[in-house]
Amino acid sequence: MQWLSDLVGLLVRDLFGLELSGRAGGSIHFFIYDVIKIFILLTVLIFSVSWIQSYFPPERSRRILGERKGLGANIMAALLGTITPFCSCSSIPLFIGFTSAGLPIGVTFSFLISSPLVDLASIILLASVFNWTIAIAYVVVGLVLAVIGGTMISRMRLDDQVEAFVFTSPVTTGDGESLTRRERFSFAREQVAEIFNRVWPYVLIGVGIGAAIHNWIPQHLITGLLGKDHWWSVVLATIVGAPMYADIFGTLPIAQALVAKGVGIGTTLSFMMAVTALSLPSMIMLKRVVKLRLLLVFIGIITFGIILIGYLFNAFGHLFL
Amino acid sequence: MIIKILGSGCKKCIALGENAKAAAAAAGIAAEIVKVTDFVEMAAYGVMSTPALVIDDKLVSAGKVLSVQEIEAKLAAL
Repeated sequence: MQWLSDLVGLLVRDLFGLELSGRAGGSIHFFIYDVIKIFILLTVLIFSVSWIQSYFPPERSRRILGERKGLGANIMAALLGTITPFCSCSSIPLFIGFTSAGLPIGVTFSFLISSPLVDLASIILLASVFNWTIAIAYVVVGLVLAVIGGTMISRMRLDDQVEAFVFTSPVTTGDGESLTRRERFSFAREQVAEIFNRVWPYVLIGVGIGAAIHNWIPQHLITGLLGKDHWWSVVLATIVGAPMYADIFGTLPIAQALVAKGVGIGTTLSFMMAVTALSLPSMIMLKRVVKLRLLLVFIGIITFGIILIGYLFNAFGHLFL
Repeated sequence: MIIKILGSGCKKCIALGENAKAAAAAAGIAAEIVKVTDFVEMAAYGVMSTPALVIDDKLVSAGKVLSVQEIEAKLAAL
């Protein structure tokens, strides 16, 4: 969005009287431009994604998954995870609903891994912040992680690690409510309002941190910690990102600033994936439906996968940027 | 009659609660509106998407804010 960048540039220069090349002018430009850009993208993307989502209520996803077996079911679960709601709070009812209907837990976990990690909105956001190659690569590795993670959990036969009440919960039938065009429209509009209300503070914080990294934190400090030539940078980014909770809209401006400061693309992706896929609040919720061992296996597989992806992208990322 | 609204306490759940209250009043039914925010309790009704409406322990709808008229029709059908 070059036009927006230019417009904000004019505003900063003429209204605030600051030079864009200066620190203050640069960070104010980054902040205003990024906030407006992300809010525009967020509105358009959530509206369109919600429209698509309205065709896939969880009841329908569950029926589609129930018709498949083995690896096919895991792949389908990972794909369906990309078009389901952004909020991690809906993942527990889904987990219970899927498991009680007899879906293998591995399939459900493929779904649970892919759902926060990869969604349609994040693909387009990544493409607009970096480029399409990175976006598609992110999606592919995210899906592969979901399929492999779920398959491993299946193989480990951890069904006894699910709380008993989950299996005995009643199962509803049918495909869920079908909606009219008008209802889809108002559903999409409400989703935009709801998600906007929830994520705007994260966006402001994320862009603020991004602006600070961009203009105030010395480059050598950042590359000293997260630079490409340190073997530990990916592990550090993952561990720092894991307990944090933010969605992709808040993490992208940070990611963008990190890459601009010379942090490897793999390290940056690891950070983003760790922030969006693993978070303390969602682990606490998950703990209520699964036992500790399965929870640890889940966290372990995801963490390992994210670190591996980080190293792969650091090694081969130059092919994409 | 006990009407339960299942949901995390989001705007939609509040709207559904209001509609349920209005529908019960219009139908001349004395109803107690109970909010259920605990997802383990929600799971006991087999609910995967919220907000959901439970009338006298029977799941009536999930994932949609029913209008006052729609809830009245559900009440009449009981």
